Amino acid sequence: MSLRILIAGAVALTFSSAAMSQEALKIITWKGYALKPIVTAFEKETGIKVKVTYSNNEEMIAKLRATRGAGFDLAQPSQDRIAFVQKKYKIYQAIDFTKVDTNLLIDSMVAAVKKNTEVNGKSYGVPHVYGTTGLIINKKQAPGANDWSDLWNPKYAGKISYRLKRPILIGAAFAMGEDPFALYGDKKAYKALINRVEKKLIDSKSLVKNYWTSGDTQVEIIKSGDANVISGWDAKGWALHKINPDIDFVAPKSGALGWIDTFAIPAKAKNVSAAYKWINFISRPENAALITNKEKYGTASKDASKYLEPSIKADFERSFSKADIDNIKWHPPIPAGFDKIESKALDRIKAAN
Amino acid sequence: MRNNKHSFNITFYLLIVPVLIWLIFMIVIPHAELLISSFQVEDDNGDMVFSFGNYIEFFTQKIYWLTFVKTAAYSIGVTLLAFIIAFPIAFYLTKVTSKKNAAFLMLLLLIPLWVGELVTVYGWMVLLGDHGVINHFLMTIGIINEPINMLYTNFSMVVGLLYMSMLFMVIPVMSTLQSMDDSLIEAACDLGASKWDIFTKIIIPYSMPGITSGAIIVFMLVIGDYLAPNLLGGKNSLWFTEQIYNDFLQTFNWNEGAAFGFLLLMLSSGIIWLALKLSGQKLEKVGA
Repeated sequence: MSLRILIAGAVALTFSSAAMSQEALKIITWKGYALKPIVTAFEKETGIKVKVTYSNNEEMIAKLRATRGAGFDLAQPSQDRIAFVQKKYKIYQAIDFTKVDTNLLIDSMVAAVKKNTEVNGKSYGVPHVYGTTGLIINKKQAPGANDWSDLWNPKYAGKISYRLKRPILIGAAFAMGEDPFALYGDKKAYKALINRVEKKLIDSKSLVKNYWTSGDTQVEIIKSGDANVISGWDAKGWALHKINPDIDFVAPKSGALGWIDTFAIPAKAKNVSAAYKWINFISRPENAALITNKEKYGTASKDASKYLEPSIKADFERSFSKADIDNIKWHPPIPAGFDKIESKALDRIKAAN
Repeated sequence: MRNNKHSFNITFYLLIVPVLIWLIFMIVIPHAELLISSFQVEDDNGDMVFSFGNYIEFFTQKIYWLTFVKTAAYSIGVTLLAFIIAFPIAFYLTKVTSKKNAAFLMLLLLIPLWVGELVTVYGWMVLLGDHGVINHFLMTIGIINEPINMLYTNFSMVVGLLYMSMLFMVIPVMSTLQSMDDSLIEAACDLGASKWDIFTKIIIPYSMPGITSGAIIVFMLVIGDYLAPNLLGGKNSLWFTEQIYNDFLQTFNWNEGAAFGFLLLMLSSGIIWLALKLSGQKLEKVGA
């Protein structure tokens, strides 16, 4: 008898959870974007359950490619990684801008993302948060460091770290006085430039302590004192500044690299209406401000500034002068095939002795 | 009689069908798909065409096969170290200490396995860092003045790999040593054999099947590991699995990634085959 009850219970549970998962909104996103309080508030307001999977740009694309755009209702790739991926693998569906409350968002940013994610006349992204990649410096140990070129400055030998991914190639190129983005139309010239950057990074490899590999290892290596001059994200630098005032984010002289993370809807999303609801919900100023206050990323939400803590403004003004802001290099969409050039170079740098 | 045979058949099929379904859907089909995609490359129009290009790439690009050679060499080294460390432990647990003590010590050996590799790797990062526990201790008692650079080197990588895989050497060696009759050692002592002779001529040959299966497991675990080389390894420690990961996740070149996956499978199986041949062991005996 008890066995029968158990089975009946198990069956009931299976069905009810199946019914629930049909309703659920499945989001694949970065850590710190779908915060608990926002998820709870959204679930309360709409009755839709939210399931969050943490990921990064590369993994998001790989996962969606494996399922041909199924398994998630909403993804959050960076705006420069949408167009070429969409052209090749068709893993997203076009954004229906009549369903997005664009009044909540900064107009210029919506327009820029619209343009950069356009494939065959349709756009595939809505802006969410933005930030820059630059340097995180321990100012007590390395007071003078303020440019990408300090990542190969012998003065800081053994105390240098960066992530061996494309931003370092781009940043290094700017520090060498070149403009990699201007060469996006010329594959040959770009390849030659990347080769020059590769040589620079291999020649200076002995100065590097280690290459960090994730947001966590980035924080760890400078917090522990294993490195004093590292490449990093502004939000992480400011979070570290709060713990240890010696450490801070520094906008490189030759230009911080600006990124915008977006909302994109996978091709085979099951719960598209919930995805739009989430976009509009999280873009409300009070919700957007919650993310910025906690994680310190800039937000695309227009009126969020009303709700921001004063320290956010202070952080920004400490790291960015007017000239630094004007000098931010925003990532244009990556042309197809360029990732291969970069990854071969990165492999060779990692393997070099 | 007939009925009996019939019911035997039904049970037989009931048991075999789940196994077959598992094998076919979870192992055969995915591998077949990977194998097919490893023989495809993209042509200039973006279409997939049959080619050996992915495999040729491995042998012609120095960086790829050098990475593999380095990975294999380190894996063999770690396997040897695991044997050197694990054998005395296994011997102590089975032949020296009491059964009760052995059970407790075995539990201690198992604990790191329960915690999970990622956590133990981070544990080692805390221990080995420039301002980590070990350096801090050595500097406090005055042995060194400057921190020793241990983390993010090949040394820390080997430590991590060893720590994760050592247990898989201890257990098979223990199980062969357990079945060994102590009177063999006593007889050798009575007949005046030296300790070294007892060790090399009796204990080692007797536990050879255990050592071999332990070595195979450790070697396979280490050569296919990703976390320890990635997190503990230094700036030069490009592991072959990282190469495969990069193909799948960074450059979206799944065809090359699939080919490299099969190369890893074949080359590491080849190394094991060679090692079995050289040591005169048979796989059937090792498995038993």
